[in-house]
Amino acid sequence: MTAAVLVLEDGRVFRGRAFGAVGETFGEAVFSTGMTGYQEVLTDPSYHRQIVVMTAPHVGNTGMNDEDPESSRIWVAGYVVRDPARAPSSWRATRGLEDDLTAQGVVGVSGVDTRALTRHLRERGAMRAGVFSGPAITTEAAMLGRVRATPEMTGADLAREVSTGEPYVVPALGHPRLRVAAVDLGVKSMTPHRMAQRGVEVHVLPSAATVEDVYALEPDGVFLSNGPGDPDTADLAVVHEALRRGTPLFGICFGHELLGRALGFPTYKLKYGHRGINQPVQDRITRKVEITAHNHGFAVDAPIEGATVTPYGRVEVSHVCLNDGVVEGLVLLDRPALSVQYHPEAAAGPHDAGHLFDHFVAMMERQRA
Amino acid sequence: MPKRTDIRSVLVVGSGPIVIGQAAEFDYSGTQACRVLKAEGLRVILVNSNPATIMTDPEMADATYVEPATPEFVEKIIARERPDALLPTMGGQTGLNTAITLHETGVLEKYGVELIGADAEAIRRGENRERFKAVVDAVRARTGHGESARSVICHSMAEVLAGADRLGGYPVVVRPSFTMGGAGSGIAYDEADLRRIADVALTLSPTTEVLLEESIIGWKEYELELMRDRKDNVVVVCSIENLDPMGVHTGDSITVAPAMTLTDREYQILRDIGIAVIREVGVDTGGCNIQFAVDPGTGRIIVIEMNPRVSRSSALASKATGFPIAKIAARLAIGYTLDEIPNDITGQTPASFEPALDYVVVKVPRFAFEKFPEADPVLTTTMKSVGEAMAIGRNFPEALQKALRSLEKKGGQFAFAAETGKEALVDAVRRPTEGRITTLMRAVRAGATRAELAEATGIDPWFVDQLFLVDEIAGEVAAAPELDRDLLFHAKRHGFSDAQIAAVRGLDEHEVRRLRHDLGVRPVYKTVDTCAAEFAARTPYFYSSYDEETEVAPRSRPAVIILGSGPNRIGQGVEFDYSCVHASFALHDAGYETVMINCNPETVSTDYDTSDRLYFEPLTLEDVLEVVHAEERAGPVAGVLVQLGGQTPLGLAQALKDNGVPVVGTPPEAIHLAEDRGAFGQVLARAGLPGTEHGTATSFPQAKAIADEVGYPILVRPSYVLGGRGMEIVYDETRLAAYIAGSTEIGPDRPVLVDRFLDDAIEVDVDALYDGAELYLGGVMEHIEEAGIHSGDSACVLPPMTISGEIERLRASTEAIAREIGVRGLINIQFALAGSVLYVLEANPRASRTVPFVSKATAVPLAKAAARISLGATIADLRREGLLRPHGDGGDLPPTAPISVKEAVLPWTRFRDASGRGTDTALGPEMRSTGEVMGIDPVFGVAYAKSQNAAYGALPTKGRVFISVADRYKRAMVFLAGALAGHGFTLLATAGTAEVLRRNGVEATVVRKHHDGSGPDGEPTVVQLIYQGDVDLVVNTPYGADGRMDGYEIRTAAVARGVPCLTTVQALAAAIQGIDALICGDMGVLPLQEHARLLRSLGEEVLG
Repeated sequence: MTAAVLVLEDGRVFRGRAFGAVGETFGEAVFSTGMTGYQEVLTDPSYHRQIVVMTAPHVGNTGMNDEDPESSRIWVAGYVVRDPARAPSSWRATRGLEDDLTAQGVVGVSGVDTRALTRHLRERGAMRAGVFSGPAITTEAAMLGRVRATPEMTGADLAREVSTGEPYVVPALGHPRLRVAAVDLGVKSMTPHRMAQRGVEVHVLPSAATVEDVYALEPDGVFLSNGPGDPDTADLAVVHEALRRGTPLFGICFGHELLGRALGFPTYKLKYGHRGINQPVQDRITRKVEITAHNHGFAVDAPIEGATVTPYGRVEVSHVCLNDGVVEGLVLLDRPALSVQYHPEAAAGPHDAGHLFDHFVAMMERQRA
Repeated sequence: MPKRTDIRSVLVVGSGPIVIGQAAEFDYSGTQACRVLKAEGLRVILVNSNPATIMTDPEMADATYVEPATPEFVEKIIARERPDALLPTMGGQTGLNTAITLHETGVLEKYGVELIGADAEAIRRGENRERFKAVVDAVRARTGHGESARSVICHSMAEVLAGADRLGGYPVVVRPSFTMGGAGSGIAYDEADLRRIADVALTLSPTTEVLLEESIIGWKEYELELMRDRKDNVVVVCSIENLDPMGVHTGDSITVAPAMTLTDREYQILRDIGIAVIREVGVDTGGCNIQFAVDPGTGRIIVIEMNPRVSRSSALASKATGFPIAKIAARLAIGYTLDEIPNDITGQTPASFEPALDYVVVKVPRFAFEKFPEADPVLTTTMKSVGEAMAIGRNFPEALQKALRSLEKKGGQFAFAAETGKEALVDAVRRPTEGRITTLMRAVRAGATRAELAEATGIDPWFVDQLFLVDEIAGEVAAAPELDRDLLFHAKRHGFSDAQIAAVRGLDEHEVRRLRHDLGVRPVYKTVDTCAAEFAARTPYFYSSYDEETEVAPRSRPAVIILGSGPNRIGQGVEFDYSCVHASFALHDAGYETVMINCNPETVSTDYDTSDRLYFEPLTLEDVLEVVHAEERAGPVAGVLVQLGGQTPLGLAQALKDNGVPVVGTPPEAIHLAEDRGAFGQVLARAGLPGTEHGTATSFPQAKAIADEVGYPILVRPSYVLGGRGMEIVYDETRLAAYIAGSTEIGPDRPVLVDRFLDDAIEVDVDALYDGAELYLGGVMEHIEEAGIHSGDSACVLPPMTISGEIERLRASTEAIAREIGVRGLINIQFALAGSVLYVLEANPRASRTVPFVSKATAVPLAKAAARISLGATIADLRREGLLRPHGDGGDLPPTAPISVKEAVLPWTRFRDASGRGTDTALGPEMRSTGEVMGIDPVFGVAYAKSQNAAYGALPTKGRVFISVADRYKRAMVFLAGALAGHGFTLLATAGTAEVLRRNGVEATVVRKHHDGSGPDGEPTVVQLIYQGDVDLVVNTPYGADGRMDGYEIRTAAVARGVPCLTTVQALAAAIQGIDALICGDMGVLPLQEHARLLRSLGEEVLG
């Protein structure tokens, strides 16, 4: 058994066993409360530069398969679990979780009191951390010094690091009805798939795509994806142009934060974020509650009640999280644009909000007509 | 949408007596519902015939009717109370069936009562198999997923046989419609099986309808618990995975929450199907449970069934997640939506979310096959377990091992002995039986591979691997040169008890514990918080784990730790939970911080808002000591209360005291005085009271010598068992020899007890309180059946009907025993009145099974008083406070006080032997009832008739009665038979009995005995007549030559056909009084609150 240590920025230390690759890794320690979907979590680019703590004790039970990943690789910077599975069991599994972690050099730690760690992060907030295993373990002071030397998540510009290098097309399933230019700020593969299921041909563009790149495609709509990092660092040219032109616009998560900023709302860092697949979000108009998948550390600061007048017309908060009142969606009343902080593509997570893609499609069809 | 303003009163229908498949979980649900509705300011009217429930406590509702929950009685209650609405979803299948009948017969419409929680259409769509199939088809059209097993609906044997052909052959599953707990269902492997199972199933279904379906045995089995509000918000509260694959009833399976072996994609498909099902069925203000089967090879999903109501699984899910389904269902039913209801546990987030668990929950069933030795122990789709234990751990092995030790069953835990005979063990686990999990571990140790075991059992390889992990740790513990901190911690993290580690290391449990404590290896306590620590929890609902950080907060008020009663079993059921909950309420009111320890998810005591703190933990010495330690660190501990949870906590009393734990109430030494036979004999001698003559024997000659001295009949039993196990009444030497020879467990250090059996004695039960100075006689119950039938199985009446002149003698004897033993709290004594001698049969210095019945019959909360006395209050104090009557006690009830009858409910229909024959219904000294009902009325006959109605169905008022009794009862029978004839019944009897009756002027038609077979012209035997439905009442006594010959077939036929069957002359006498009452006219209904008012005013009159 190889020892491993998790060292938090505030000096708290958790000891366990090495899980996955042996070595050291740094990132922001965050916790995720989903009881299923670890493969999707690991491969979600939004977890780039984060050490993810799984609150569900058993992780890896169904192994890894080739259908469920949300991108081509594991993105988490480090992985903290309590009881990893020893042998996967699923008719779809092709390999074990630890096989992939090791192969991709992801340093993890198991056997940790993940509940104590989660309570700590809840009370003190998400913070920088490091996982050290095997020969990388040194004195606590030395390890703490290394952790404190790493950059903070606030101010981090990470979309470039996770985005596709080259544009690619996700073809529509069946006859293509619409074309969307999707800016990849860390997009999950389920998102273009959800559009493709609705007859949309999705042109995925790198995060550095310019207004010209986008409009060269003559898109019916512009999509802004999820992604890691601080939205304060992002370039908003494409968003402003889409709003100016009145191109139907849909943003998810990081994309929602960008829309918020383009509309003039500030974004801020949440104490410990929303990461899980059980979050109640209420539609402000229908008053209906949907159970939704979340993965966000930042949020948009907008007035919940009433419309705000912006250079692009009136905007309202369309959705809020019932747990803490955080803004979860924006909708423009005078132009075809909407965004949600949560994940209607739901991988992992419940499918309650899948209809938002129908709204986006309807917006584009109305615009065409 | 806020609360509806048009509903001001609600009738809640309870589930009636505890039976297999419908147990204490409905007390939990119903209690939650009543509390919520009352808190919402509604007038709550409750009907439930089961007195041993918290929900029937007078303070839980505004009008509590302890009356049969049948359509007939509920209509009377509706007519009297005129409620605005009826909530049918809290009372299990009983409540739902009653509500549907009232709807269909127009009663609800007539009185303007609205069904809330689930409307009649939704209930029908959910419950009717054909309609549910259409629901599943619609769901598949909408979601692209889910289907029904291929099936055919049949209403006759001919249709059944044709149906099996249409499905393409065997095996096929047979499921009767509208029965609870899967009663009557089974798997047929050939036509003979099918005929046998379908015959029973057609009978048991109230609509004579059965479903045949393709077999999906061996598939993975899952359940989802969902809730939906009237704004169409839906949440999945919990997923449950059955460790035992399809083929074992979920109530008999080991189940795990959350699901362990599904990817998110697969889980979300189940969730999509579940949501589509609840919408399609139309449950729009409540919850439901949906069961799924998943083909482990392909992922094909079959939707098995849904229950549009709270269920055993929803109770489990509530305890597993901290999300109180019944409470929220009740709020939804009166108009709230999920987002308007706060999550109690966090206090700051709404109920419109899905709980996230950061622990694993395991439920294991508890069986009682030892009580029914002839029953087939193979687990099938018919539920056979009588209770369950749940445990929470931070991983599966920890939760599983805690759950197994919570069962308190010898051999129920993993033993880690050396094993050989791999092939035989692998073969043994192919058949699901009680304890298969321990056999699996033996197979692991015998060298079986993961693949072999997964193949043999159909259990998912992940679970199989977890068993290998446990075995490997046992191996590490065995092999280590010494037990160091890391290894101990590792073993404890995987649920090993000190006793298991001790066994593996060849040590004593206490040595391991001392070493563990020296090394600082102690459990921490984590909180069940619904949200995996995302938000702070304010509800102290704890479970132990070997982890870093504990969440037990300091406190300043002194704590009383109440030990619950563990899993329900025959002899220790919901009655004890009732007493524990009462203690918690009373001690909280008296200023203590109450701390409950229990492991039974079906109970009110394990509701997070019953006590100030809840520890969901096994009731073993180790687990209790650790909780005590944790609480002593948190603040002052006034003591541990062991008297109220039955034998389980009582058995820990001495060991707790030996470990320095303050045990309050009756001291452990006093408990020993009552339990040890020799010591108790001396107690009686000092008190000058007669016990029965007895002796102990280790061989036949010794037993014969004692029998010759005390005289036959004698009562024989092994000395080391409880609950009447292995007890028998022996009438002659031949049978005595057979008993000794047949009892394999008698030996030099395991003697058999031989007691003189008091034939024809009247048995009397007394519950009393004693504070060291004063005795308060709680109540005196006269048994209806003669002595020799276990007190838990016999009917009784309070106040006593024929021995009221003996009260003072009973009081004096009770006081003498309580004083001699040193009781501080409750004592239960069983007496037998034979002639003019009052024998003391046994004394139990604890809350008895009858405490709730007596409390309700006399309107005095005995368990609350006992808890207070245990902590030092005197009876005089409690009289002043008003908890006890200011003067007098339960022994001097006024002559016009209402009469309460308790009747036991027996699980005969559940058990069959391997060839499908029913089990014998004869009552004996071994307790076999699962529950009880109460009938209350100013007139004894009416009270008795109500009790029969609630327990077994209405007594007949006309028709044909078959009578067959042993010779020694024939004289007593003549008068009773004459009374039946006088009421217009046609009497049937075998030749001998008919002749006796004829000579005494009572005409009876002679019918053929079973053993004689049909007559030359096809004249049917009595058994055939019963099966043909030509008999309305059976009277058959089991003892004596005549009864013994045909009795078994007669009684099992009566059970199979649902014909009332009386097995004692005394029961017939009581039944005739009941029949008189039924014939004379209408039976009234009255709530407990009015009975109590009546009792109080009568008491004042007596004093005045």
